[in-house]
Formats: sequence, structure tokens, C-alpha cells
Amino acid sequence: MDAKQHALLMKISECEFVCVELNLYIDTHPGDKAARADYLCYSQKLADLIGKYEALYGPLLGFGHSPTDMGCWVCSAWPWQ
Amino acid sequence: MWIYEKKLQYPVRITSPDPRMARLLFAQYAGPDSELSAGLRYLTQRYSMPEARCRATLNDIGTEELAHWEMLGTMIHQCMRGASISEIKAAGLDNYFTMHDSGVYLSNPSGVPFTAAYVQCTGDPIADLHEDLAAEQKARTTYEHLIQLTDNPEVIDPLRFLRQREVVHFQRFGECLMIIQELMGKAKCAPEARCANP
Ligand SMILES: [Fe+2]
Repeated sequence: MDAKQHALLMKISECEFVCVELNLYIDTHPGDKAARADYLCYSQKLADLIGKYEALYGPLLGFGHSPTDMGCWVCSAWPWQ
Repeated sequence: MWIYEKKLQYPVRITSPDPRMARLLFAQYAGPDSELSAGLRYLTQRYSMPEARCRATLNDIGTEELAHWEMLGTMIHQCMRGASISEIKAAGLDNYFTMHDSGVYLSNPSGVPFTAAYVQCTGDPIADLHEDLAAEQKARTTYEHLIQLTDNPEVIDPLRFLRQREVVHFQRFGECLMIIQELMGKAKCAPEARCANP
């Protein structure tokens, strides 16, 4: 994985982590409008980043959730490699 | 990482209590050949799988098994939902009820709790794939036993789907075994066949 790909993946991880944190917070505070607005904002940002990544490097998600050619699903590196 | 999708892979809608089937379904929820065992088995074995297609297969079938495990949990939950104490007793679930009430605990129909001893990870791709092929066949036959044991169409329908998936998984693992055997046949020394891509 080159530096550019790694950097984009790190950006995705950061943005996704914000969403995970907000998701857990909203689980116990579903009425918090500010948190929900933040979640929406970050989830849109996440979708943009994922779209950008997948156009360059192939799918991040399986089972049809990345509208991307699946050819590199098999041969691209797995996270433990 | 994993992301939860808030839906079942295949619909489960059991509309009246069937605690007898709830009890039997624990075999596929947390027994030795259960969906949970299958998922943990494949997701554990994928690290040492030396070939790209087989690695992807273990990852993706392992993931699908967790979706099946969720279907089983849903089926057990719905089969126990609304059951009276006398129905629970008649179904032989009184021991279970004492400790778990309507919780969906990780045990087999006899109450034996789930254990990691149900799965193996030898680090040997041929040995692991043989275990996986056997596991799929054992799960298939367990589904057939379950289907024989009920005439509840709301239970049979998802069971038929799950049985069919075992057949497909067996097919894919069979292809994986052929890929690995071919790879190792080519290599002079088998362990060196830790090759890369197809
Ligand atoms: Fe399976």
C-alpha cells in the first residue's frame, strides 16, 4: 500500500471513528439533536471519502455494498497482512 | 472491521410460540456444528490461509455465517416469545428457563454451553479446509433433521434457506481445496506453497 492510499484510509478511519463514537452516544441519547446533526455531517463526509477511495483502490465492503468492480477484492491486501 | 446491517439476510417471522423447536434450534445456534462455530472457525482460519481466493472465501463465508447465527437467534427468540410456563415445561425447557428465562444463551439443546473446542485452526490449509467441508455437511444434515422434526411452515422456510447455504458453502470450500492442492502439487516443498495471488 503506497503512502497516498494509506493516508486516504487513515482519513476514512478517523471519520468512521467519529461516527462510531457518535453512534454509541446517540444509542443512549437518541434525543440529542446536535449529536444527530454531527453524525449526519460526518456520515456524509465518510461516504465521500469511501467513494473516493473505492474509485481508486476497489471495494471496502463486500456483499454488494460497494458499487465497484470486485476483481481486487480477492487480491488486494487484507488488513492483517 | 465489521459494520452491522440492521436486517436479517433472509426473513424470519414466527408468529406463535413453538418452544419445542426453540430448544432444538439451539443446535444450530451454539452447538458444535452451529452457525456460530462456523463463523468463528472460518474467521479464525483465514489468517493462516496462504492463497488469495481461499483467504477471501474464508473471510466472506465466515461473515455470512454470522448473519445465519443472527437468524437462528431470531428464530429461537420468536419461538419462545409468548410461551406459557406449561408450554416451556412441556418442551423440556424448564432447566433452561431456570437459568436463562427467555434469554437466548449460547448452549446446545441439552444445555451444554458453547466452547471454542468445537473449532480447530491447525494452520495447515489442507487440514483446515477438510474440517470446513465436514462442518458444512454436518450443518446441512442437522438442518435436515430439524426440518424432519417440525411441520411449522414458519420455521421450515428459513431452515430451508439455511440448509441451501450450507450446500453452496461446501461447493466453495471444495473449490478452495482444489486450488490449494494444485498449488501444493506445483511446489517442491509443500509449506513453501505460501504463494500469493491467483
Ligand atoms: Fe455454512
